[in-house]
Amino acid sequence: MWQFFHKLGSPKWFFGISTRFMPWLLAGGLLLLMSGVIWGLAFAPKDYLQGNSYRIIFIHVPTAFMAQSVYIMMASAALVTLVWRMKLADVFVKAVAPVGLILTFLALFTGAVWGKPTWGTWWIWDARLTSMLILLFLYGGVIALDRAINDEKSAARAVAVLVLVGVVNIPIIKYSVEWWNTLHQPATFKLTEKPSMPAEMWVPLLLSVLGLYLIFGWLACVRMQTEILSREQRTRWVKEFVTKGRV
Amino acid sequence: MAFDSFSALIVMEGHGPYVWACYAVFFVLMALMMIASVRSRSATIESCRRGYELQAEKSTVAAASATSASFARVNVSQD
Repeated sequence: MWQFFHKLGSPKWFFGISTRFMPWLLAGGLLLLMSGVIWGLAFAPKDYLQGNSYRIIFIHVPTAFMAQSVYIMMASAALVTLVWRMKLADVFVKAVAPVGLILTFLALFTGAVWGKPTWGTWWIWDARLTSMLILLFLYGGVIALDRAINDEKSAARAVAVLVLVGVVNIPIIKYSVEWWNTLHQPATFKLTEKPSMPAEMWVPLLLSVLGLYLIFGWLACVRMQTEILSREQRTRWVKEFVTKGRV
Repeated sequence: MAFDSFSALIVMEGHGPYVWACYAVFFVLMALMMIASVRSRSATIESCRRGYELQAEKSTVAAASATSASFARVNVSQD
């Protein structure tokens, strides 16, 4: 276990192992996402209440779910940065923050477009929507703070503290539909219960969630590799990789 | 299929513009993000390569000027 932890901290080891996994992550992710989306758009039955507008769920739920789980992953990495000073954890936070920002934006956008035919409005300042907007600002704040500080180590520490403070927003998003009266419908998936939708609806949704998860994994690998290469360009292994093409 | 025809799939009983707009924005943004990430990775590799080449040039120039240093004996008059 500790040996694994130690290895995980090594940028060179990560670079080698991620290069091996990346094609599988991309291929599996695209396959799952496309099959979930095509199934959801053309083959899943129409919702008896919302009609066809509910088909937005097959991208809205995956993006919203990923937006929050990326933040939780970032917060775990931030904790590792602060406690163990592991370089790779900071690389992760820096690499995935823009991905989280885009996913949160997509969740808000698809939600707004879904809201128009369903609730009659694009936007309402209710608990779920507002807390998601705060998540968008948190991602923006993390990116801005990281760019504002030149020194790599101070930037890493400041960003880690901001990410950890912001994690309080995650349970607020999760329970907002239960604590307050909101227009937003309650969670589609719960770990403890069977989904309330028929299988023809939740299976494609699950496929697109898993697909987006894998694509996020691929994006995280590509972006972390970029960050590692620019940070470690003085080392011998990067030189060998750049000139000979292998780690 | 949940729709009778392809045009019914596009129209989606009036909800088509909402649904298709969401999917279009989703796929465009995801594709842009993926392409930008791959490009920035290749750009970083390229800039590393250029850096190493520059370094190599510098060191050959330095080596060349080093070998051109003469060790010729200087005759100093002993008188």
